[in-house]
This record gives sequence, structure tokens and C-alpha cells, in this order.
Amino acid sequence: MGTQPNRNDPESGQAHVLELDPELPPPAVDDAVREAEERRWTPGKIALWAVVSLLGAVAWFMVALVRGETVNAVWFVFAAVCTYLIGYRFYSRVIERYLLKPDDRRATPAEYKADGKDYVRTDRNVLFGHHFAAIAGAGPLVGPIIAAQMGYLPGTIWIIIGVVLAGAVQDYLVMFFSMRRGGRSLGQMAREELGVIGGTAALVATLLIMIIIVAILALVVVNALGESPWGVFSVGMTIPIALFMGVYLRFIRPGKVMEVSIIGFVLLMAAIIGGGMVAGTPWGASFFHLDKTTIAWGIIVYGFIAAILPVWLLLAPRDYLSTFMKIGVIVMLAVAIIVVRPEITVPAFSEFAGRENGPVFSGALFPFLFVTIACGALSGFHALISSGTTPKLVEKERQTRFIGYGGMLMESFVAIMALVAAISIDRGIYFAMNAPIALTGGTVETAAQWVNSLGLSGVNLAPADLAQTAQNVGEPSIVSRSGGAPTLAVGLAHIMQQFIGGTAMMAFWYHFAIMFEALFILTAVDAGTRVARFMLQDSIGNFIPKFKEASWRPGAWLCTAIMVGAWGAVLLMGVTDPLGGINTLFPLFGIANQLLAAIALAVCMAIAAKQGSFKFLWIVGVPLAFAAVVTITASFHKIFSPVPAVGYFANNAAFAKALADGKTSFGTAKTEAAMEAVVRNTMVQGVLSVVFVVLSIIVIITAILATLKAFRDGGGRNHEDAPRPSRVFAPSGLFPTAAERELAAAWAKVPAAKRLDRPGHH
Amino acid sequence: MEPLTEPVAETLRRGLRGFAAYFRGVMGADAYRKYLEHHEACGHPVAPMTEKQFWRDRMDRQDSDPQGRCC
Repeated sequence: MGTQPNRNDPESGQAHVLELDPELPPPAVDDAVREAEERRWTPGKIALWAVVSLLGAVAWFMVALVRGETVNAVWFVFAAVCTYLIGYRFYSRVIERYLLKPDDRRATPAEYKADGKDYVRTDRNVLFGHHFAAIAGAGPLVGPIIAAQMGYLPGTIWIIIGVVLAGAVQDYLVMFFSMRRGGRSLGQMAREELGVIGGTAALVATLLIMIIIVAILALVVVNALGESPWGVFSVGMTIPIALFMGVYLRFIRPGKVMEVSIIGFVLLMAAIIGGGMVAGTPWGASFFHLDKTTIAWGIIVYGFIAAILPVWLLLAPRDYLSTFMKIGVIVMLAVAIIVVRPEITVPAFSEFAGRENGPVFSGALFPFLFVTIACGALSGFHALISSGTTPKLVEKERQTRFIGYGGMLMESFVAIMALVAAISIDRGIYFAMNAPIALTGGTVETAAQWVNSLGLSGVNLAPADLAQTAQNVGEPSIVSRSGGAPTLAVGLAHIMQQFIGGTAMMAFWYHFAIMFEALFILTAVDAGTRVARFMLQDSIGNFIPKFKEASWRPGAWLCTAIMVGAWGAVLLMGVTDPLGGINTLFPLFGIANQLLAAIALAVCMAIAAKQGSFKFLWIVGVPLAFAAVVTITASFHKIFSPVPAVGYFANNAAFAKALADGKTSFGTAKTEAAMEAVVRNTMVQGVLSVVFVVLSIIVIITAILATLKAFRDGGGRNHEDAPRPSRVFAPSGLFPTAAERELAAAWAKVPAAKRLDRPGHH
Repeated sequence: MEPLTEPVAETLRRGLRGFAAYFRGVMGADAYRKYLEHHEACGHPVAPMTEKQFWRDRMDRQDSDPQGRCC
């Protein structure tokens, strides 16, 4: 098997030839052997996939078509898992075979740039977990819950079908293209492939989108902690715990990551239990009882300090804690749902599915459902993670399908479980928790009265139900706890208490859920602020070179202040919004996230076109077209809709007119100051929507132009790193195939001294 | 039943150890070991960093190259 011709380089017209070491076994399974293996259908294989398909079909039938009184949650799990398996086995393989064409004879950056620090070959299963922990956070836990307003079916279909055809495709493509480019970031790839205009628009859009995403994630935390002494205490304690862990790792026991994580976890549990005791005392209840504005300011100040402190002190230890919790929580949730198998009484389509003035989020099912659920179905933010860290750790090219595509399927599964948790609670309680206080009135009596006035079928909510639930979860009240996190926490507590501990444990499980959501979000806020600050420093650095120096304190602090100020302003706007911040701002979060997805897919389309893969360009084109249509339509609704509940400018005009008419209260704003706030907020939100959509359209147009040019020329410039021969072998999927096992055995016989990689840059 | 206990306990222990090793990998706790392996493989003439130096360096480099965390 000496040498293998590689794909032609369209620029030079020369064929790259990989000179493989003849003394070593081949670094890849022979193509013909692999293909024969992939195409051979043994009776066992046929039976397996027949069972998977049949079970999936039955599950979808139970979830989507059978209209009984209730549907068991376990069918959601089967429908999801069977669809993922089929998507992974068949569709991702189509992408691999016809569009990406990975070549295991080529060394990955982890091999040819190996430095033992950033570029390290990592076992595929470990990297799968690592990548999953980096992409999954609070997003898939929040969006599906807010979207449950429309009933369970639209969200379920979008999460499962969306991930197979769009979300996982995006993650896989971005990871693969970044890997072929030595781990370059999305911004760098956009600049290379789309030129100065497209690249700059992509960079500015990414920066603005990050600000919005961080702001709204912070808003979710504020809403979960507002007027909750227990929550404030236990989440507040994460800061000293993380500081302690940081100091421990730096000075006392360097490198003992597992040890410190376990200590941190124990302290965290103590903080949750302690929070209940503290909130039970009169002084604790009054001292930690903070209103939302105070908490928002707290998070802003915290965000600034956290972003300028060294990483080892706060960010890194909290990241360990967050990863530790993430894996534990998700396994726990999956086991609990399968063991408890809650019955779902929520209708497939709710009364709000056909309307655009829902109390939880406003806007019609199309397009707003598709932006409300972003993480779990299609999340542009992943493109920032999939380019960068993970591609520098991948051991073999073919593993990107398992890690990129498979990792995103896993996140989608988390979203399905969150949806199940949200719809397993009573529908009346769901609406009382998620509607803004302007509608519920804030007390159990007014909230119950309002919910009953909605005329929802099968809903008859008594004030005592709300009071009882609040008491069970150890909160003063659960009315208008919008933002998704408290609802998930109630749902999770509801499921977990049937599994472990009973009603007496509900308060613990509720605060456990709030704690991990806050932990994920605060980590994302810190990291997001830092990344955004560096992007800003880099951009300003093009004009004032001094700003590019990361160690120059005044520049770093100024850029941090600008970024924190920007997301802080949006956060305060959401907290003080008389219309209820989540209701108006959450769609903006989804739009921002999916515009980023459209940008990432546009870059991928240009790259694929330049490779000359026109026949299979639809693999990128379909999700790109869908994301573009959804987000641009949603943006246009937000900008041009004459309905004040939907259109920012329509709302702005309505309130401005009311002020001009001398009214002192209008709609949900009870004072003149509140009315002025609405006028200001809607203007800012409207302008942001316009800027986002314009920038994204520029990026998409430049990508289409690059694609058309490539089509005319039959290809384009290849920006990949030059191929180098690989000197290692590892299987590509979770389970090694027979041929892979055979080859791995041959490699195991090679003496260690010969197997060693020889990085080229030393 | 008596003869079965030993292999079962052994399998269980091996499984748990495997899971712990996997979890350490995901958390990144084995970074220093991998660095040493790499260092040895390259045959650098200089001595490798100590564990303390390595973790310090790793954290400090993140200060100037932050990694995003997703929502």
C-alpha cells in the first residue's frame, strides 16, 4: 500500500501524494475493505435495523397520531433514539461518503502539530464526552420548555428532525473543515472563504450575537433567582467554592482535577442543603431575598470581575464543576425518565399553536417555534466550539462523524428530556409559572383566575395547587417564574421525587436543578464575555495595534467593560421590561443563535463548493435555506409586524402615541416611566434585529456569490493545510469494526519506538 | 455461588476503573500524563515541566486564548 494519491489541488492542478512509511502498517483501513464491510448486510444487521425502524415507527405513531387521554413519556425517548440511530447510521454516512470524504491516511492537526498541550491526540470516546460537555449547557434545557406553550408535538418534531438534517450536519461540517485547516476558528474561515466584506460582516454579527446570547442566558438566571432566598444563597456559594478550588489546584495540589472536583461537588451539595436552612431562618429569608434588578446588577458586576480575573482562579475550577455536574445530571435525568415513565397529559397542539399572542413567548408557530428551540435542534453557537478546540484533539479524520454529528445528537436527546420534564407537570401550573407578572398578577389567586380564564381544555387550576407546589419546592411563590429554568426544576423535582426521596426531597431536587442551570449559564457568561472581549480587542487592534496585546491591562479592561456593558444593558432592559423580558427577548436569542447557524452553514457551503462537490451541495443547502428563511422571516415579523405583541416598532409606535396622548398607563405598563422604558427597549430591540438580519444577509449573499463563482470555475481555492502522512491508527466509531480490530492488532505489534509520532514543527 | 463472586467482583472493579479513567479523560485530568508521553516521544533534550509548572502554564495560556462554552 505504499503511496496514495490525494484529491487534486484545484489551484496548482498537482496531485498531492502522501508518502506513507512502508515500515508501518497502513494508518487507515483499505478503502475497498471498508466499503465492502459497510455495504455487507448480514441477517443480524438487517434484523437489528428492522427492529430499530419498527420501534421508531411505533413510537412516532404513539407520540404523533394516537390521541388518547395521555401518552407515556417513554415513547418520546424511543422516537428520539431510533430516529437518531437511523440518522447517524444512514444520513451522516451519506455526508461522510459523498461530501466530506475523510481520509485516515492524512494526519490530523493533533498528530502533525502535536505539542502535548493544545494539539493532543485524544481517544475518540473521551473526546466525544469532552466535546459534548463543551456544546451542551442550559440552552437545550430552556428552549424546549418555553416552546411547550404550543403543545408537545411541534417542538418534538423540530428537535428530532431538525437535529438530524440541520444541527448535527452543521456541527459535523464545521468540525471537519476546521480540522482540515489546523483548527482554525469560524471567523478565520469566513474571512478566507468569503473575502473581506463577508468575513467582516460575519465577525461583527458573531460579536453582536454573542452579546445577545450572554444577556439572555443571564436573564434566565436572574428570573430563576429573583425573590428566591434559597436559590440566591446556594448559587452565590458557588463563587467561594470555585475560588477555593482554584487556589487548591494552583497551590495545594496542582493537577488533582478529579480530587478537587469531588470536593467541590460535596461542597455544592452542602450549599444546596444549607440554602434550605438559611432560607428557613427569618434573617436568611430577608437577607437573601433580592429583587430581580439587584440580582441583575450583581451578575453584571460579577461578570466584569470574573472576566478580568485570571482563568485559574474562577473560570477553570467552575468549568470543572460544571462538567462534573453536567454528565451526572444528564445521566440521572435519563435514568429517572426511563424508570418513572411519566404520563403526559398535555395536548399535542395547544390552543396557542394557532395564535401569535401566547403568554410565554409571542409570535406564530412558524417561524417562532423554530427559533425558540435553537439549542437541541440547530445551534449556531456550536460552530464556535466545533471550530477551535475539538478539531485540535481529533485523532483520525473519520472520527469527526462520531464526535461532531454524534455529539450533537446527544445534545438533542437532552432537549427531548427537558421537554418531557416540562410537559410532565400540570398545564395550569406551567402557564401560571411562565406568563409575565403583568398577566398573572403575581399572587396565587390572580394567577389561578387568569389561567382558568384562558379556556384551556382540561385545565382547572386552584390557588391551593400553586401554593402547594411552591411549598413543596421550598419557594415563597412559583407564580411568574418565567425563563424556563424554574419550570424545568419543578418538572425534574416532580420526576425525581418519584424515583428518590418522595415529596420531602422535592425542594432539594428543585434547587439542585436551579443550581446546575445557574452553574452552566454562569460558566457560559464568563467564557462568552472573555471570547467576545478578545474578538473586540482583535478588531480594534487592526486600527490601534496595542489592543492586540492580550497582556496590556488597560486594553483588556476597557474591552471587557464594553462587552459587559453591552450585555448588561440588554439584561437590565429584559429585567425591567413591563412586558416581561423573556416573552419579548427570548425570540431575539433564538434568532441570534440561528443567524449564527446560517452564517456557519453559508461558510460551509462556500467551502464545499470550492471543493467541487456540487452534486451533494444540497446537504448544506437545505439546512441553510431553512435557517435563513426561518430567521429572516422571524426578523421581518419582529421588524415589520403591525401587531404590537410581535413587532418591536409597532409596539414602540403604540407606546409613543400613548405617551404623546398624555396617557399615564398603557397596556401592561402602569406608569409613565414604564411606558418610556417600553419605548426605549423596543427601539433598541428593533434596531438590533435590523442590524443582525442585515449582517447575516450580507454573509449569506457573499457565500452564494462564492458558491456561484466556484460553480462557474468548477472549484475554487483550497485553504486546507497541506496533507501529511499519518503514522497512527484508531477506529472511527464507538465500536471498532472487524477490519479495524485487525488493523489495530497489527499496530499493537509495532515497537513503541517506531510508532511514535514525529511532529514537524520542533 | 461461591466460585462466581471472585470474577464478578473483578469484572465490576475493572468496569468501575474503566469508567473512572474515562471520566478523568473527559474532565481533562490526565493532561499532564499526556504531556509527559508527548515529551518523551519527541525526545526533547530539555527536561519536561514539573506537574505544578505544567498546570500553571496551561491555565495561564488560557488567559490569552479563552475557549467558548456553549449555552
